Amino acid sequence: MKKLAILSAAFIALCSFVSTGYNVGDKAMDFKLKNVDGKMISMSDYPNAKGFIVVFTCNHCPFAKAYENRIIALNNMYAPKGYYVIAINPNDPTQVDEDSYANMQVRAKAKNYAFPYVIDETQEVAHAFGAAHTPHVFVLQKSGKDYIVKYIGAIDDNSDSETAVKQKYVEDAVNNLLAGKLVNPASTKAIGCGIKWKS
Amino acid sequence: MRYTKLGFILFLFPLLISGNKVIVVNFEQLQSYAMHKTNDTLYVMNFWATWCDPCVKELPAFQAEYKKYANRKVKFIFVSMNSVRELTKVQNFTDNQKLGGQLLLLNGGNPNDWIDKVDSSWSGSIPATIMYKSGKKVYFREGEFTSESLEKIIQSKK
Repeated sequence: MKKLAILSAAFIALCSFVSTGYNVGDKAMDFKLKNVDGKMISMSDYPNAKGFIVVFTCNHCPFAKAYENRIIALNNMYAPKGYYVIAINPNDPTQVDEDSYANMQVRAKAKNYAFPYVIDETQEVAHAFGAAHTPHVFVLQKSGKDYIVKYIGAIDDNSDSETAVKQKYVEDAVNNLLAGKLVNPASTKAIGCGIKWKS
Repeated sequence: MRYTKLGFILFLFPLLISGNKVIVVNFEQLQSYAMHKTNDTLYVMNFWATWCDPCVKELPAFQAEYKKYANRKVKFIFVSMNSVRELTKVQNFTDNQKLGGQLLLLNGGNPNDWIDKVDSSWSGSIPATIMYKSGKKVYFREGEFTSESLEKIIQSKK
């Protein structure tokens, strides 16, 4: 019996070790990251939020650039309804200078971001979420003090042409959450720039 | 006579300096290049893009292997993830790099429809490399290779 307990403890330890971020249904941890204005941002700073559209994105990636206006539009559309966009740059700027904090400030100012664009310097948040590439979206629903992951994946089905989009995954997800419906699909995949991890 | 000869050389010249042609394919067509081949050749399929720095960085390693295994049962397929609107840019890049092997540009529509069909563990980041032999997947990797790590895998799978 003792053996079994040790074995199962070892198994659980192993599982948590190989875990690669959140799945749909998991609780997401809050974070504290530096915004382009120098202030620290956490989800707990939004007491009236119904949820969040957390977007791992960056300056340099062509896919992130292609989606920039769509990310701005998501915030314009859903912040008034209680779902706030938080954009997180997880890239190691020593590998891509375009993704430096100073260049993030330039980008946010040039496009008048009305949402936080924060830097994940230690990459701990990207690791915790299981973000793999940019852009990579996690829609979270606030439930009491918890933030439940409701959707993981792409913004829509066409990075190349906004006008050719057939399925707006994130919009559909948030609309369904606002209407108290199930999110379907709850996860999708897209081609993107791999996150520049520190070695 | 001399002019005809010169004309002939001038005509051949672009063919000699330019590389392989980049062919635009959809996902079904892509599968016919490797996944559906049932012979004993090892098909090494690399997903890349001109805008992807780590992809561009590992291309010379793939080219070295391509040259090493020319005329042997290892074939290389390079699948560009660039937009189809960038076909000329991709062709210019592969010409400049003198990239050998089968060059494709995937115009595959919604990636969510085919990423899992390549490999369910693939998040969608590039570079990604997949190897097939006798119609079966024998290897998949999301991330870049060094010359040594690529050679080791090809040696073990060919």
